[in-house]
Amino acid sequence: MNLMKKKQQSEAEYSGPLIQLIDIHKVYYMGNSEIYANHGINLEINEGEFVAIIGKSGSGKSTIMNIIGALDVPTSGQYILKGKDVSKMNDNELATIRNKMIGFIFQQYNLLPKERLINNVALPLLYSGMGKEERNKRAMEALKKVDIDDKYRNFPNQMSGGQQQRGAVARALVTNPSLILADEPTGALDSRTSVEILNFLKQLNREGNTIVLITHDRSVAEEANRIVSIQDGTITFDGTVDEYRKQVAG
Amino acid sequence: MKLGQAFKLAWQCILGSKMRSFLTMLGMIIGVGSVITLLGLMQGVTNYLVDTFSEMGTNNISVTVKNTDTRVVDVDDVYEFTKENSAIFTGVTPSIASSYTVKNGSSSVSTTVTGVGEDYLDLNSIDLAWGRSVSYADIKNRYNACVLGTYIVDELYDGQISAGDTIRIDGQIFTIVGILEEQDDSTEGSTDDCIYIPYSVACRLAGSTNISSYTFVVNDAELVTAGETLLDNFLYNIMRSEDLYNVRSMTELLDTINSMTTLMSTILGGIAGISLLVAGIGIMNIMLVSVVERTKEIGIRKSLGAKRRDIMWQFVIEATSISMLGGFIGVVIGYVATVTLGNMFGVEAAPTTNSIVLAFGVSAAIGIGFGYAPANKAARLNPIDALRSE
Repeated sequence: MNLMKKKQQSEAEYSGPLIQLIDIHKVYYMGNSEIYANHGINLEINEGEFVAIIGKSGSGKSTIMNIIGALDVPTSGQYILKGKDVSKMNDNELATIRNKMIGFIFQQYNLLPKERLINNVALPLLYSGMGKEERNKRAMEALKKVDIDDKYRNFPNQMSGGQQQRGAVARALVTNPSLILADEPTGALDSRTSVEILNFLKQLNREGNTIVLITHDRSVAEEANRIVSIQDGTITFDGTVDEYRKQVAG
Repeated sequence: MKLGQAFKLAWQCILGSKMRSFLTMLGMIIGVGSVITLLGLMQGVTNYLVDTFSEMGTNNISVTVKNTDTRVVDVDDVYEFTKENSAIFTGVTPSIASSYTVKNGSSSVSTTVTGVGEDYLDLNSIDLAWGRSVSYADIKNRYNACVLGTYIVDELYDGQISAGDTIRIDGQIFTIVGILEEQDDSTEGSTDDCIYIPYSVACRLAGSTNISSYTFVVNDAELVTAGETLLDNFLYNIMRSEDLYNVRSMTELLDTINSMTTLMSTILGGIAGISLLVAGIGIMNIMLVSVVERTKEIGIRKSLGAKRRDIMWQFVIEATSISMLGGFIGVVIGYVATVTLGNMFGVEAAPTTNSIVLAFGVSAAIGIGFGYAPANKAARLNPIDALRSE
């Protein structure tokens, strides 16, 4: 109990930027050749921001998303998430970071097909060792937020794409993470449901959640407050949506 | 993730693809079932053999001698020797068994005719239903007296004997002086298919002057070895060559039977054990396929915070559950098969506790052992690659 309080305090006391990427390099080895996916990326994101990272395929935006999402570690450089250096963590420590601090939303929803919606949403809580009653309670709360709590017993294939993506949003919210990381969240949706999901994200941001949105689509990126453009593994633009529009027009 | 949840998850996966799970289990079911059945039946056969031979007397030592012109084991010396060592030997009786055709009128059967001493029936705890046993006077006078087993009485006299009835053994007329109590079921080849006559008469029938085989009875089964040693010394002093006599006890025979059946059990169990190994490989194969099929699922779970250990447990427990469930069904089927086959072959057979524990333990171990490699493969998957797979 005391430990929990201390932890909460120390997290509350941390006042620096939520995300700090310092001179991030990522190199992939394919046979004998080296592929530089990221080439010295520096980026800071503060709590409460809604940032879109935009880039074409092959630009290195997926690599930077993997690093921000603690799915991968950089070859060199530092990634500091809420004061913790994630860049040197091992597999298990990364798993804990993903579990407690990050909520993922994927393009293909990535719900487990053989699990009911409520179990899908509660899955991150299962891996954090929470008891069943508490898990279900929190999962239902998250489902209420995205307004599909009536579908809690459905299997993913019994729901529309938009409903599945809302389920995925609920799953990302359920652990109350420091960061919501959305990877092309509208990529598989029609324009009407895309707007719906983006509105959800905006609303979550207004409620104080930090959101990082990865996309190749300019119109989607412009829904955010800040745009970071990546090209050939480096940041070519970082500014507000208005500044971005001017730059593109100019 | 807690162990209980891992079990629940494994159970869901097993039920989620029932046919595949069953086919995977089938190897284990057959393997465990055959190990238990073969070992159980073998144990049944062993028990049957041991019981059969025990009935013949575990307190007995049989001695055969090859009498020569100059070295002869004399009957009176044997009786004298036995009396001197009464601390060990209860008694002795010559026993000369030969097969003869016996006749009453026109009906005849072939049976074992044994020449015995007057103590034979007492020493072997055989009771008479009627009349008397072979007596000392019969032996001394070489009187053609005989005692019949119930099979002979049923076959040649329709179960009715009256005083003074005679029987022809090898053409000679014998007076029936007694009938044995039924010991078995009065069928051909059973212990009721026999005739006892005085050993002196048996010698004459066989055309020999000396007795070549004796049955010694010791006071207690534990004295068999001591008795054998004494007899060995006694006979060596007379015959001066180990080739001319043979001392054997049922204990030795039982030991031989036991070691032979143990060897057979080991071989059969080993062969059946191979099918367990094959079943294990089958499980590993399916689990490897399952890992590939579920790469995406593993990726999703990892991205949501599943540690290596969590994924590992999930797959190991699934493999172990499949093999243990298969093992359990195998035990049940093996049990039924052992009892059914035992009844068919007329052997009282039940699976041994050892074989059940062994087979079940091996199936669990195989689940863990062969589940480990696929589980490890799953646990080590890179979450990015796993997420990207379709």
